[in-house]
Amino acid sequence: MANLSLKGVGKTYGGAQQAAVTGIDLDIADGEFIVLVGPSGCGKSSLLRMIAGLETISTGEVAIGGRVVNRLDPAERDIAMVFQNYALYPHMSVRDNMAYGLKNRRTPKAEIAQRVEEAARMLELGPYLDRKPRALSGGQRQRVAMGRAIVRQPAAFLFDEPLSNLDARLRVTMRMEIRRLQKRLGTTSVYVTHDQLEAMTLADRLVVLNGGRIEQIGAPLEVYRRPASTFVASFIGAPAMSLVDAQIENGQLLLERYLLAHVGNAPGPVTLGLRAEELRIGPAGIPMRVEHVEELGAQRIVHGMIGAQRLSVADGSGAPLSETVLVSVDPARLNLFDTATGRRSELRLTAAQAPLPV
Amino acid sequence: MTDIPLAATRDRRLAGRLAAWWRAEPASPAKRVQFDRPLTPWLFVLPQIAVVVIFFYWPSVQAVTSSFYIEDPFGFGSTFVGTENYRDALASTEYRNTALFTAFFCAVVTALSLGLGLLLAVKADKVIRGAESYRTLLISVYAIAPPVAGLIGMMIFDMHMGPLTQVAAWFGYDLKVGIDYWDTAVALITISVWKQIPYNFIFFLSGLQSVPASVREAALIDAKSEWRRFRDIILPLLAPTAFFLLVINITYTMFDTFPIIDVIVKDKPANNPMTLVYKVYLDGFKGNDIGGSSAQSVILMVVVAALTIVQFRFLERRVHYG
Ligand SMILES: Nc1ncnc2c1ncn2[C@@H]1O[C@H](COP(=O)(O)OP(=O)(O)OP(=O)(O)O)[C@@H](O)[C@H]1O
Ligand SMILES: [Mg+2]
Repeated sequence: MANLSLKGVGKTYGGAQQAAVTGIDLDIADGEFIVLVGPSGCGKSSLLRMIAGLETISTGEVAIGGRVVNRLDPAERDIAMVFQNYALYPHMSVRDNMAYGLKNRRTPKAEIAQRVEEAARMLELGPYLDRKPRALSGGQRQRVAMGRAIVRQPAAFLFDEPLSNLDARLRVTMRMEIRRLQKRLGTTSVYVTHDQLEAMTLADRLVVLNGGRIEQIGAPLEVYRRPASTFVASFIGAPAMSLVDAQIENGQLLLERYLLAHVGNAPGPVTLGLRAEELRIGPAGIPMRVEHVEELGAQRIVHGMIGAQRLSVADGSGAPLSETVLVSVDPARLNLFDTATGRRSELRLTAAQAPLPV
Repeated sequence: MTDIPLAATRDRRLAGRLAAWWRAEPASPAKRVQFDRPLTPWLFVLPQIAVVVIFFYWPSVQAVTSSFYIEDPFGFGSTFVGTENYRDALASTEYRNTALFTAFFCAVVTALSLGLGLLLAVKADKVIRGAESYRTLLISVYAIAPPVAGLIGMMIFDMHMGPLTQVAAWFGYDLKVGIDYWDTAVALITISVWKQIPYNFIFFLSGLQSVPASVREAALIDAKSEWRRFRDIILPLLAPTAFFLLVINITYTMFDTFPIIDVIVKDKPANNPMTLVYKVYLDGFKGNDIGGSSAQSVILMVVVAALTIVQFRFLERRVHYG
């Protein structure tokens, strides 16, 4: 158990023009569950593999438990990794798969046996200990891979998309199981995924990566509520936050000439981010032309247009919809982004105002 | 007169049916490999059966039959002698020495060519991991190499102009391949190993390349020592390849080294090492002792069959097919 510290970590692959990862600064507290999330190719795996020692670190420094590990072999870094395709040793029984790392570290036989038994009990692998991996289902293999990490009692767990080969239901179960185990063991964990739902549900803190850089670090809800950029806004949350072009003129925030709020921000074009569940369909507001409706059961997502701007609204009323609905929003819940840079800018509401019509 | 149009119609009908058969969609996936005529499948396997019967069963039966006869050297009939040919062969010191040498030769050549092939493959695998084009290049070079290597090997050991003979001479050693028993044995072993290494190399290399990268990485985290990783993870995963190569290599040393031996000991004085197969050939075709040579080849057949059974029954069980 230990803290992890990344200072200016970057990776440029041999022969590549551009760095795959640049300038990652991240301090991970002891016992924290960090999720690295981002679109495909953003450098999540590269970063994780640098921590593991499977890739060389091009720039910067990685420290585990205060010890700089840049030049250490993976086996010396006191980490355990769970791979996407499990990477079990096909010729070894489940028991040997779990015991192998300990054997090589000269752990006494009795202790190995005891740790394997304990992990098997935790993961309900008892009946399969003497089977070979090929005689296991995908979910069971996944658990063996977890067990192999657990028995080591390492300073940190590293997960690279460990659930993406499982079916949707198993993924949800295993997700909860991983979270439960991690809390119980209190082992520092870094978890890579491109599934934003997995990221939200697992993380103590989310690290959103884009193009090899950190876009935002924060607790899942904070990232969800206050995305630091339009990239984060569109990546985190389903349905994605609607991003629309708006104007600030004379202290008024205008969407397609409709007044949304009185603000103290500088005039000019801005990008406005609107969460579907913050928008209300009601008796008053801005008229939105309904394009199509997604029924999700508990609620429905109404996709429509205000002028030339696309918008999604979550509606739980179940009332019949006309072709045009009136939409309103609490101004305090608006997200404002700089149109040029895509960075968040704080909305400064001037007057105490009642929820205005959008 | 009426024949021609008839034949033409028949042809057309045949062509039509062929076309229909060609166009026809398989009724269902389950039926795809079934034939509507019971004869068709036999037609397909006929060439294979013919080859096996003509080149394997028929000569085998011939060999077994003639091993019980003594043939007149001038071709005037043959006499049934029961098991005398076998008893003669097994009682002969020469035969036993040849058998011993064959076993020794087999073990040494197989061990060396497997070991060196694996060693080279491991080294090459490290270099080309990830470099796809390099691998293709290397494999194609090694795929072309063996026959050339064999030829070169023989040239190097040549008694009169071989550079190795020269080198040995510089060190004051008179290398007499084809005359001195152990000099010849060393030459035979070296050339045979040399010829077989590329073959083993290619198979080991592709075996190594098919070990999943993530399994290697998991091992990298689990074990610091490279030797341990190789012994505990890589080698067991290579076991199926190694087993296959073991069978192939034993067969190779027993039978396919024939041309090498032939080049080196042909027309040389008698006291030279040779394998059982070469002795069968010598006794049968040079010594004209068809009966004795047949008995030897039957013994050889039995030994090889036994060896194969042993390999598959006892070794294969210990091999992991991941
Ligand atoms: N071995 C390598 N050699 C060269 N470039 C690489 C190598 N591995 C990854 N890259 C590049 O580095 C970038 C980041 O890759 P990485 O695998 O870290 O992405 P990722 O975020 O894990 O994506 P995914 O979600 O698809 O797994 C990509 O542009 C990729 O092409
Ligand atoms: Mg990845």
